[in-house]
Amino acid sequence: MEEQSIPIGMLLQKAAKIRAHILEMVAEAKSGHPGGSLSAVEILVTLFFYKMRHDPKRPDWPDRDRFVLSKGHAAPVLYSTLAEAGYLPTSELKTLRKINSRLQGHPDHRVPGVEFPGGSLGIGLSAAIGMALAGKVDKKDYRVYALLGDGELDEGETWEAAMAAPKFKLDNLTAIVDRNGIQQDGLTEQIMPMEPVGYKWKAFNWHVLEVDGFDFRQVIDALEKAESMRNRPTVIIAHTVKGKGVSFMEWDPAYHGKAPDKDTVRKLVKTMLEE
Amino acid sequence: MLVQLASMRDAYAEVLLELGQEDSRVVVLGADTSVSIKTSLFGDRFPDRFFNVGIAEANMMGIAAGLALAGKIPFVTTYAAFVPGKCLDQIRNAIAYPNLNVKIVSSHGGLTVGPDGASHQTIEDVATMRAVPRMHVIVPADAPSTRSLVAQACRTLGPFYIRLSRPSVPTIYSASKDVEVGKAKILREGSDIGIIACGIMVNEAMEAAETLSKTGISAEVVDSHTVKPLDSETIVRVARKTGTLVTAEEQNVIGGLGGAVAEAITESYPVPITRVGVRDTFGESGEHEELMVKYGLTSKEIARAAKHLIKSR
Repeated sequence: MEEQSIPIGMLLQKAAKIRAHILEMVAEAKSGHPGGSLSAVEILVTLFFYKMRHDPKRPDWPDRDRFVLSKGHAAPVLYSTLAEAGYLPTSELKTLRKINSRLQGHPDHRVPGVEFPGGSLGIGLSAAIGMALAGKVDKKDYRVYALLGDGELDEGETWEAAMAAPKFKLDNLTAIVDRNGIQQDGLTEQIMPMEPVGYKWKAFNWHVLEVDGFDFRQVIDALEKAESMRNRPTVIIAHTVKGKGVSFMEWDPAYHGKAPDKDTVRKLVKTMLEE
Repeated sequence: MLVQLASMRDAYAEVLLELGQEDSRVVVLGADTSVSIKTSLFGDRFPDRFFNVGIAEANMMGIAAGLALAGKIPFVTTYAAFVPGKCLDQIRNAIAYPNLNVKIVSSHGGLTVGPDGASHQTIEDVATMRAVPRMHVIVPADAPSTRSLVAQACRTLGPFYIRLSRPSVPTIYSASKDVEVGKAKILREGSDIGIIACGIMVNEAMEAAETLSKTGISAEVVDSHTVKPLDSETIVRVARKTGTLVTAEEQNVIGGLGGAVAEAITESYPVPITRVGVRDTFGESGEHEELMVKYGLTSKEIARAAKHLIKSR
């Protein structure tokens, strides 16, 4: 890895802006899922502003890398990232969840840059497999990334997909698990224990990596290891914190699907962008 | 009269090979039932475009969605007992909602899968798929129309559900009789009653019309192979002409073709209607002819319903 070439400053700045967008848009909508959006910020920033081959001017470019947000409830982080990348105006973000808006509560295919309408949990990895298979059939070198929630791993289809990807030798596929430890009803280890998560994927014949999901260097390093792996898909277990960046939201399951009020957000955003 | 029997499955497998030959975007997915349904023939011919995902229908639908998003035309096939039963969420959210170009073709639909019993018989798939926005629902009557309708589905953008039955059925369509997605086909003209049927019940409807003609009743027979979008125009025209209708399908009478026809005529030209089909009950093991008799899926049942309707008019 070439340390010098990683523009950490730019990535940090993007992350701060995207966190601010997330808070502002869910406050404006008075609903939405801030917790699981905030935990995934650095992962999306790394993909969209460093790793992926994509062009906001050509969202349907056949050779683009693809990002599937399987944990579709984190739509605010996806829309904010796409807006920062230039797929849609940042001014549109405040229409989230409002009538006649493109920005549906869960990712909608009509929004440029949205590859898949995730939302009903468990489907995204399967869809990513389909895209990766098509890439193999067409002998294209694009890569497919799928971001899964850790609560989402409760879904049986995830494991159907986990069995299938190694069978098809999909080394062009990288799954990332946002391991923030919390699902809607509480801690994942209380609701449906899933540890040892890494070993489960290993047993399904995946190339498994574990990283701190907020450390750009670690995330980049893992994505590059995934890219150089041959004949096997990679899963990156990204250890994160739900509600990251907002002290009272961190580790609080209540903020899985609850919006903070506008006044609080105004103060939070001011501090965030100053830092 | 010599009755020629042909299998819808064979017709499907054959037309898939042709479609695969003419369009490299065509890919086929199976879930451990591809030898039985004969889609494995596609896999033999085009191994890099055939994906057997094992016994995992939900995953199969999700993968099909991804393939379609990357420009492929996926044909997804397994038994109707599992599609849509085991994967309605994936069909709804990953395929129909984004209006993807996925063709779901189920085999062994209805009761006539026979001795496997109720767990493997499908009597609610047509109703279920009809209720999903953007989904086309097609129930072909015989092998030649299966070929044609599958090929048309391949060339029409958007999600399709095509439901095939297991037994070999008498051939109704000759090459000269064309069949078009979205257009109900009048197979026999008549003036006293209209029989609207789909799938293997189209042949029963034709036989019923023949029986009825011997008692002086003139029946019009319509193959409504496209259950959605329903050709309401043709059906309402038949209702106006004949004044009463019988529907016939190898499905629960709730929500399938009978439901669709009842909805259409009620909104524009209400006439008395009797729905022949499975009377909201589960099936059981038995040979397919035995099941058809026991559950009232016969020409005799259609003729009886027609006579009763005409008498009480």
